[in-house]
Amino acid sequence: MKTFLLGNEAIARGAWEAGVRFAAGYPGTPSTEILEALRNYREIDAQWSANEKVAFDEAMGASIGGVRALAAMKHVGLNVAADSFMVFPYADTNGGFVVVSAEDPGMNSSQNEQDNRYLARMAKMPVLEPSNSQECKDFTAGAFDLSEAFAVPVMLRTTMRSAHTKGQVALGERTERPRREFVPDGRRYAIPVYGPSHRRAIEARLDRLTAYAETTPFNRIVAADQPSAIGVIACGVAYQYAREVWDQADFFKLGMTYPLPRQALLAFCREHDKVYVVEEGEAFIEEQLLAFGATNVIGKALFGVIGAYSPERLAAALDGAPPRASYGDEIPILPRPPMFCVGCGHRTVFDVLRQLKVPVSGDIGCYTLGVLPPYEAEHTTFSMGASIGVAFGLQRAGHERSVAVIGDSTFIHGGIPSLIDSAYNGGRNTVIILDNTATGMTGHQPHPGTGQRLQGQPAPRLDLEKLVRATGVEQVVVVDTWDRKAVRRAIAQALNYDGLAVVIARGLCQQAPEMRARDLTPLHVLGDLCTDCGACYHSNCPALAEGPDGLPQIDPLACVACTVCQQLCVRGAIVGDAAVA
Amino acid sequence: MDNTTSVILAGVGGQGVILISELLALAAIEAGFDATQTEEHGVSQRGGSVACQVRYGPEIRSPLVRPGRVDVILALEKLEGLRYAHTLHKEGVLVINAHEILPFSAGSAVASYPHHAIEFLAGKGLRVIDIAATEAAAALGNVRAANMLMLGALAACLALPPEAWDRVLARRIPARSLALNQRAFAEGARLAAGHEPGLQDETKEARYG
Repeated sequence: MKTFLLGNEAIARGAWEAGVRFAAGYPGTPSTEILEALRNYREIDAQWSANEKVAFDEAMGASIGGVRALAAMKHVGLNVAADSFMVFPYADTNGGFVVVSAEDPGMNSSQNEQDNRYLARMAKMPVLEPSNSQECKDFTAGAFDLSEAFAVPVMLRTTMRSAHTKGQVALGERTERPRREFVPDGRRYAIPVYGPSHRRAIEARLDRLTAYAETTPFNRIVAADQPSAIGVIACGVAYQYAREVWDQADFFKLGMTYPLPRQALLAFCREHDKVYVVEEGEAFIEEQLLAFGATNVIGKALFGVIGAYSPERLAAALDGAPPRASYGDEIPILPRPPMFCVGCGHRTVFDVLRQLKVPVSGDIGCYTLGVLPPYEAEHTTFSMGASIGVAFGLQRAGHERSVAVIGDSTFIHGGIPSLIDSAYNGGRNTVIILDNTATGMTGHQPHPGTGQRLQGQPAPRLDLEKLVRATGVEQVVVVDTWDRKAVRRAIAQALNYDGLAVVIARGLCQQAPEMRARDLTPLHVLGDLCTDCGACYHSNCPALAEGPDGLPQIDPLACVACTVCQQLCVRGAIVGDAAVA
Repeated sequence: MDNTTSVILAGVGGQGVILISELLALAAIEAGFDATQTEEHGVSQRGGSVACQVRYGPEIRSPLVRPGRVDVILALEKLEGLRYAHTLHKEGVLVINAHEILPFSAGSAVASYPHHAIEFLAGKGLRVIDIAATEAAAALGNVRAANMLMLGALAACLALPPEAWDRVLARRIPARSLALNQRAFAEGARLAAGHEPGLQDETKEARYG
């Protein structure tokens, strides 16, 4: 029996089959669907955590407590968790522990490219890399066995394409794992106190893992039909691309990419005249091969280090042919860039910021689009929660009117310590929290501000306003984000306030299920009243465009009646059906 | 390798590209093939371009097809069809909804929307099947069924057995909207049948040239 599963769904299935009892993560492309799929397995206590560090710590605690535990995050999420990630291997795991690092070469939905195999190497932690959905399931289950066999945390590394491809998966059954005995023992788990002995143990374990790598079934040689002088060492989804590009070559398929099987790889290199190394990300395998003494390998010099791989890219690198060109030289193929949704509550805020021409530090979320035209009202974006510290720093550098813009989920994830710090250290800047009560960009995952948990349980609802006031901020205004004048007034007041000021611009994400399900009457333009003054176009709403008669026209299928264009119309020419009379 | 069939399904966020891509992959599996489905881009925000690749055959390795080896492109919007047209092999077929959704950007860009894309591509010698799917879906009672109508047109170009499609639709479409979607699917197949047939039984070696 096979099922058609996304790589991420297959990882969830693998965790379930392996008897996992606890799983935690924070949403981030391309990892989000792992926890979303785990939601449906009632044997697993699965949850969204406040951030990746918290998720990692909770899964670490569950492992120490004796059950199999999984933490899932995107590559930059592991940076947040790195404090614990680097130290946990100094201890022995108890229940099996797997951390999924879902990476995004090509930066489809990320601020950087980052090959976390280097972090795993620093942490002396083994890495498995599945190449399709079946392996996503099998390697996840296998990772837990590996973890328990060596008492080591294991990284499962995916890239966007392996995480986001659906393929057929042969399913297995769940094997329940009795909870392993947990003895509270500072000698095992209080690393800073007992560090030196652990430091020696971690090297001994790495030696054992390296020996294991020589024979592990995660790695295998796939020989060509005929003897071949060409060898290809490949891992992850790039292995599948390579299989399609090299018809006649021997493959060394690496499923476990750290530690590497040095002897087996060197033998493979000796047996071939030329060996290609195909890996998405950095030259992680290739550099180690060179250090091992291989002299006939070529990888990044040919295939490149930037962006995601594809069969086309590998083939073009081999035969030097340019990529097949689109018809763009002969006919305009207009881009269709992402933008704020129709009726998105972020628009009113960025409209004000654009007009005020103040320096704005942004954060990670849909509102990064505020960087682009027509707003161009966001001037820095780095990492989760950074907006608040950056605005504080800008103010300290003399830019008194600096503004931080951060979403509700991102604020909870990484903004709270910064706001506490801004209040403590006498910040005088403005912080705007765009509260659409969702983790919007990744698809409306619940968080502590939504009053709901991953598996649907009701939860205490974090009161953002009270939390902000508790930091010592006195100028706090909560405003309806679709009320243009109120938003403008609140931001102006905050900028004029002598001290740290917070504006919470509140309104549900238009993609939230309750928003999409509601009955609404689209607005329309009354041609008799419209003078074509153009004011409504300042809403920058994609549902509003010039109609055949030259007057503005509202697309009734797209309009969500947010009323922002209506507020802009001084003639009262934009109405809902009820106002026609 | 080439008893693999590779299809790109393209449209604009919100048109239902991902749903019909999955239905295609499931129909292929229902017919006994291996299949993969993946999105061209990792992120598809509403209003942006969305494209999926579906590949099926005895055994699929790479979920990504090499440009120049695509058998069929199904475009739910004109500009999105144009965006991927160059990836077809020389015998490939472009099934395209003549519907236009203007990208929301500066007025000058919108003014240069390639209204003549279908004529342009036909002039390049591409095999183009254009379907007024949005209008036809509206006539059936729901403009949002245009994706299912186009899926019916795609089915007419592929050699998957009708029972496979029937079973997948019945399994995956909610009961309350199944009848409408079945009508849209059948109407799409009918409209496409007016054009020359697609792919059934050619050898592919000749096509990649």
